[in-house]
Amino acid sequence: MSFSVPAKLEAQLDELTTHYPQKRSASLMFLHALQEHFGYVSPEAVDWTAGKLGLQPINVQELVTFYPMFRQTPLGKTQVKVCRTLSCALAGSDALRKHFVEKLGLDAHKHGAQTTADGKFTVEFVECLASCGTAPVVMVNDDLVEKCTAADCDRILSRGR
Amino acid sequence: MPQEHRLILKHADQPGYTPDIECYIRHGGYEALRKALATPGRDLPDGKKMSSREVIRDEVLKSGLRGRGGAGFSAGLKWSFVDRRSGKPIYLICNADESEPGTFKDRQILHKDPHQLVEGMIISCWANDVKLAYIYIRGEMPHGARLLNKALDEARAKGFLGKNILGSGADLEIHVHRGAGAYICGEETGLIESLEGKRPYPRIKPPYFPAVLGLYMCPTIVNNVETLCHVRHIVNMGGAEYAKLGTPNNTGTRIISLSGDVRKPGYFEVEVGKVTLGEVIYNESFGGGLKPGRTLKAIIPGGSSSKVLKAGEKFKLRKKGADGQMVAVDTDLLDLPYDFDSLQQAGTMSGSGAVIVMDDTREIVDVLANVSEFYAHESCGQCTPCREGALWMSKALHRMTTGGGRSQDADYLLHIAQNIQGRTICAFGEAAAWPVLSFVKKFKDDFVARGKADEEARAKGMIPTAHH
Repeated sequence: MSFSVPAKLEAQLDELTTHYPQKRSASLMFLHALQEHFGYVSPEAVDWTAGKLGLQPINVQELVTFYPMFRQTPLGKTQVKVCRTLSCALAGSDALRKHFVEKLGLDAHKHGAQTTADGKFTVEFVECLASCGTAPVVMVNDDLVEKCTAADCDRILSRGR
Repeated sequence: MPQEHRLILKHADQPGYTPDIECYIRHGGYEALRKALATPGRDLPDGKKMSSREVIRDEVLKSGLRGRGGAGFSAGLKWSFVDRRSGKPIYLICNADESEPGTFKDRQILHKDPHQLVEGMIISCWANDVKLAYIYIRGEMPHGARLLNKALDEARAKGFLGKNILGSGADLEIHVHRGAGAYICGEETGLIESLEGKRPYPRIKPPYFPAVLGLYMCPTIVNNVETLCHVRHIVNMGGAEYAKLGTPNNTGTRIISLSGDVRKPGYFEVEVGKVTLGEVIYNESFGGGLKPGRTLKAIIPGGSSSKVLKAGEKFKLRKKGADGQMVAVDTDLLDLPYDFDSLQQAGTMSGSGAVIVMDDTREIVDVLANVSEFYAHESCGQCTPCREGALWMSKALHRMTTGGGRSQDADYLLHIAQNIQGRTICAFGEAAAWPVLSFVKKFKDDFVARGKADEEARAKGMIPTAHH
């Protein structure tokens, strides 16, 4: 399948470029938008972004590999980010991640993001989500689940199936 | 009983208060902007004249406002360093990349009262001749970014933003820029690199002080969300009046984020220095104390990079005595006023205002292992001592939490941490080293005991040694 960015999205990105005196500044916003649309940042998306912003592909690729939010492979439809940093850890985030991973038949000992074979879920530990007062917290796609319990986990899982 | 003093969060949690502009205006919003734009210039005794913009900058200086992001540097001084003669545009960036573990104060403002930030920014931009500004919001706050974009659209429609703001002749555009999950973007020069579309490798200072060589090598102001909100209140109250809030050199209010082992975690806005660390944790108006039957073990007082405080510690605080002379006063940990200077005198910092409490059920080695893993993950990798050292410390601590401890690990950790601090381009090196230095020094027995126990267990063959 050839890579193609819908005209409407391209127009939005062209408008974004005008927010900056230097086009290169728009790179992160391009990558966010492309990842939102395609689900991940493919090598084609990197090349396309570089072309639009007058950069070498490596200038864009080095962002994709640095910033934790950018993904080079497709992820699950429901993306679960469990905060593992101190306040959430004190409130039991380790058990939450374990709960997700075990219910989904993933490997609890594996590091990094794991996606189920059916492509429905991705589960990972992430660093501080800046909601320590309502620990433990979990992000489910764009939404924050505060004071997350095992019952909340099960609700998230049943909604995503 | 000490209470909250809500200035920034005055309306945020009131029932029916919404983040739209009409609600904000109904609650007195954008009046400070009108007041700022109408501020007359000032004649000085030496015959010189202060422009109305200079008057606002002077009020901010007089207010004593100190940055709420972590360093606690005078906001007015920071503004005074801006190179205004370069002929280059001056930029302002709001640092909304809230990521210091333990901190969740900016989140409240961004999601519940975004116009307060926008108004604070417009005033700050106007006072500093800024025509283009950015809000760098962390990537994990997508709703916050949407709310800010909506707020900016609303402000534009009302003539508070864009060309010729409220007929003043001043132009300003503000854009929202999203980060993508990297803690180092909270460091102001790393943030600038990121906003330029690069990896956020912090710049070396000198020469790259943002006030002179910032965004696109132009003079740039980087201020925290809460700091910019205070500007609105300084304009409303006047700098001298604002300075009456809080305590000398620690003026105004600030939002404390409280988390960990307390009964009521949450955020509390208090006058700086009017509440002690003990009150933050134990008072019913705030944390409400520890869970039943628990005792205090340790407090991280200003975000996870601040040095830990151990229960029972005592400090000598310099205070002005009755005769005006400075005297050293013995102060218990829990009696430390929660302000910039007292915590600094206690050898740590109030940082981003994030207090994390640990009770006696916590294993200190495990806590530090968690903290160190964060810094190992977030090191940008530019400087070798930090890139390698943060990872070594994290690996050693991970080993200690999985049965591979050694009695010499405590000294090994100190040795690595001492070789990171002061040897890196940015303060992340200290942020990674300080938790290790403070935890291991203050709780050395815990680390040595864990190492010895593991050694004995291995000697008895209880733990396999192969993977160590």
